Amino acid sequence: MSVQDPSLVPFPSPGSLVARRVLRAVMPFVVIAAAWQVASQFFPGYLFPSLVDVFWRVLEIFTSWSAFSNVLATAMRILGGLAGAFVIGAVLGFMIVQSKMIDRFLSPILIFFQGIPALSWVVFAIIWFHGTEFRILFIMIVTTLPAFTFQVVGALRGMSKDLLEMVMSFRPKRMKFYKVMVLPSVLPEILTAWKVNLGNASRVVVVAELVGSSGGVGYQLLQQQQLFDMTGALAWTLQLVFFVLLFQWILTLIETAAFRYRAVSERNL
Amino acid sequence: MTAPEIAEEAEIRFENVSKHFGNPAAPFVAVDELDLEIDKGQMVALLGKTGCGKSTMFNMIAGLSAPTSGRVTLMGHDPFKEFDWFRGKIAIVFQNDRLLPWRTAVKNVELGLEMLETTKEERRERAIYWLHKLGLAGHEDDYPHALSGGMRQRVSIARAFATNAELLLCDEPFSALDEITSKRLRMEFARLVRENGKTAVFITHSINEAFDIGDRIVVLKRPAQIAHDIRLDAATSDEEKEAIRRMIHDSLSQ
Ligand SMILES: Nc1ncnc2c1ncn2[C@@H]1O[C@H](COP(=O)(O)OP(=O)(O)OP(=O)(O)O)[C@@H](O)[C@H]1O
Ligand SMILES: [Mg+2]
Repeated sequence: MSVQDPSLVPFPSPGSLVARRVLRAVMPFVVIAAAWQVASQFFPGYLFPSLVDVFWRVLEIFTSWSAFSNVLATAMRILGGLAGAFVIGAVLGFMIVQSKMIDRFLSPILIFFQGIPALSWVVFAIIWFHGTEFRILFIMIVTTLPAFTFQVVGALRGMSKDLLEMVMSFRPKRMKFYKVMVLPSVLPEILTAWKVNLGNASRVVVVAELVGSSGGVGYQLLQQQQLFDMTGALAWTLQLVFFVLLFQWILTLIETAAFRYRAVSERNL
Repeated sequence: MTAPEIAEEAEIRFENVSKHFGNPAAPFVAVDELDLEIDKGQMVALLGKTGCGKSTMFNMIAGLSAPTSGRVTLMGHDPFKEFDWFRGKIAIVFQNDRLLPWRTAVKNVELGLEMLETTKEERRERAIYWLHKLGLAGHEDDYPHALSGGMRQRVSIARAFATNAELLLCDEPFSALDEITSKRLRMEFARLVRENGKTAVFITHSINEAFDIGDRIVVLKRPAQIAHDIRLDAATSDEEKEAIRRMIHDSLSQ
């Protein structure tokens, strides 16, 4: 292995560094898009529509309020479901960590829930409840709850015992203890949990929207299927993907701001 | 005014204390039927070989773990059960620095004060005062990962002193420092404890350190039981000290 003197390596200008990073980020998508575009030359438009058409369709959805409100509705359903599941999951997680008995009782139930497909919940929700929004919320919560609970449990159990005892030695009041010790130490894992569950929720939400809602990306996708419109199906799918990307990006921003304290090694993994 | 004939309540009292770990059927005995009394205002050095149960004793004094049998009392109260009663009364310097990685040096020092009724300004002022006293001026806003081991240890000493608790427990507080700094801080530590009439228990591996600050040296054997209990005062002659030193040395090298 040869070690190069870092001072001898010409330092790239910040501009070209950014350009290279952007290029690296978009490269995989460029390849997929190119392959699709090539396919669209050989297959009929209703199977592989040209990306130019898809692009205009995406723009159309963006710029028309009546269309874009569907995307917003779906986004709100994802966030509402995640928030609900997170709150309930956090409460259950705390209970599980605090009592072995509750752990033995709840954990198997949650694991059992994890095995139930989203589509089954859709059927149950339609049979059990009235009101589209409530059905959707129920499905969103019940499908992401087990993961959130287990992630909260993992984060709480992984808390450093040494630090916990150190804080305890100052005899904090309960709320203070949560504020100075528990929250900051579980935050990294909670953010990761949100990122993971966001992906799951965005896939479940379109299924949940089949419960008879008259709006949302799931409903629109169903329309495209009935119209046999591949361009539309792609355009609506991309809307949802964009939302997930946007929210992931926001979570990453929070992460970088919240974890400035972390040491960065000059060695990579 | 307390009448002199009323015996003062011992600050720390171990009554027949044992601590076992692991399987109760075949337990590991870390502390074995220990009796010990430490008076108010005393500075006690706990000496003993590695693994002899010093930190385990320490955790029981700190109220972080409960004895398997026997009784530990501090100022007449149970440190494990009476959690709130001890708020602001005990300060601990742990064996490893145990700084919160998400807080800067000054915020780490403020931690203990946050549990007490202090204003934000007062907290900050006291934290900075102690950081400066321990030679950390200019590092107030550094995160622990950016400090050296010795600096982190000093932050944790500052954190303990800032609360102005009457009982100080230190588990090898100066072990991560070079000899000269360690000597200086040791002297400073002894002065502060005496001046403020605090009671201090500190664990050490170093016989010199024990002599430097302790007015009482308790040597432990394994499992934690008292091998020697030595009181030093101004009248202790150098020859006596030399003899004690040799005795401790022999007892530690067994
Ligand atoms: N939580 C625990 N579970 C099981 N065994 C333990 C536990 N804590 C301590 N021990 C055992 O008790 C013994 C005493 O440990 P302790 O940490 O009190 O030693 P020490 O005197 O502080 O040593 P050192 O000087 O190296 O810090 C050790 O042999 C250790 O293995
Ligand atoms: Mg120890």
